[in-house]
Amino acid sequence: MEKSKLSDPFEEARIDKGYSEMNDQDDPVTMVLRLKDVRKCAHNWKTYQSGAEPGRIVIPSEVNIRDTRQIPFEVDPPLHKNYRSLIEAWFKRPLQPEYQEKLALQIEEIINEVIDKDSVEVVADFSLKLQSRALTLLLNIPFEESELWISWGTHVFRSEGEALDGAKANILYDYIDKQIGVAIENPGDDLYSMLLASEVNGKKLTHEEIKGIMILTFAGGRDTVINAITNSIAYLAEHPESLESLRNNPDMIGKAVEEFIRYFSPLTQMGRVVTEDAQVCEHAVKADSRISLCWASANRDASVFENPNEIVLDRKVNPHVGFGFSHHNCLGATHARQIMNILLGSLVKKVKSIDIIDYKENIEDLDQFKRKVGYDNISVNFNAL
Amino acid sequence: MAKITFVTTDNKSIILEGTSGSVMQLAVDNSIPGIDGDCGGVCSCATCHVHVTPEHVKKTGEASEIETDMLELNDHSNEYSRLCCQIEITDTLDGLVLQVAERE
Repeated sequence: MEKSKLSDPFEEARIDKGYSEMNDQDDPVTMVLRLKDVRKCAHNWKTYQSGAEPGRIVIPSEVNIRDTRQIPFEVDPPLHKNYRSLIEAWFKRPLQPEYQEKLALQIEEIINEVIDKDSVEVVADFSLKLQSRALTLLLNIPFEESELWISWGTHVFRSEGEALDGAKANILYDYIDKQIGVAIENPGDDLYSMLLASEVNGKKLTHEEIKGIMILTFAGGRDTVINAITNSIAYLAEHPESLESLRNNPDMIGKAVEEFIRYFSPLTQMGRVVTEDAQVCEHAVKADSRISLCWASANRDASVFENPNEIVLDRKVNPHVGFGFSHHNCLGATHARQIMNILLGSLVKKVKSIDIIDYKENIEDLDQFKRKVGYDNISVNFNAL
Repeated sequence: MAKITFVTTDNKSIILEGTSGSVMQLAVDNSIPGIDGDCGGVCSCATCHVHVTPEHVKKTGEASEIETDMLELNDHSNEYSRLCCQIEITDTLDGLVLQVAERE
């Protein structure tokens, strides 16, 4: 039962001190580890800002590979609200039945593609495909566009190693520049066109602002969704009783999705830049240094979650921060939740069991901590029901 | 059976009847604007935030600690705030009036 386990490397530091420190490209970070502290810091945008130099609140920092500000992610209130309100309704479209029907068809098709094959590499041949195809629905553009995104591989910002790769990031930035141009020439009912027709504070969005929203949409939902899907498959492979339980109790799927997001915490942490000397857990943090909101640690906080290191499929009260917290909470969460809900619903209808053949874990190096976030690759059989 | 009135942020009153399940589910099933219930009712998303009419607090009871912790950092919360996924429908709720809270 170890293959699908994600251990909690933060436990000791969280209980002892509530914070830890990590170096990231000579721009050190104080990691906030307890759920209540993470929430408080996330809410306090005046002291812990997102609107710093573009790329700096991301860990590892992207300041060396990106100049475009991601929007609304790297904007603070009150301007943040104007951008967020502009796109909120678009990102809630996954609640519509017709969106869910299309997503269900996509997911059913991809399960049909892999079922009863001798061996399927889940990351590249299942999760990446599913994520890319589903993104065409979120952007409301033709399905075929997903083929290009799939060809980019799992990381938009990284080559085979884990180091940030500016050249690779440029592939995405150049692509988005081009697509904005296409939408200017031929406006349609896609996200680019909606943004081109929109105004904030009485002014049309600039090319750079639209690019910032699109980079966020592409980058924020790629590794995270891929890891959530892959980890779920690995877990269900090792826990046939859970697959059976969800099959017999489909009403439990919604709760299982939230529990998977808590346990897997696909995004380990997100940074903020400190605007004034302050204190986290009685530890001084200096102005212009960084803190991180460590969602993965907060989601294992035993003062809030009973048996935090166990997946309890029907956990009834689950105030996790897997999608962040407060005004910057995940814009793509509605889409991600639908993917996960429909995926689990389809798997229980079609798949009897899953066998893991081989795998290589993806371990994040967080200086003092090593955290498994998913897999570089994992080969399985999906056995048909 | 309980009749529950939802007052939306643009001041429209919608009356629904429910017998079981959570108040959030009743609202979502009937497309009450401003109640999304994204997390399905496990107290993690705060998209089902309502203000209970002060004289009806006895019907709903008090918020749990976990719920209060979620709400204390919400800019639109007050002493009558609840996440309505945490309110189970029973006959006691009959006549309840809930104001849908502004979004964060």
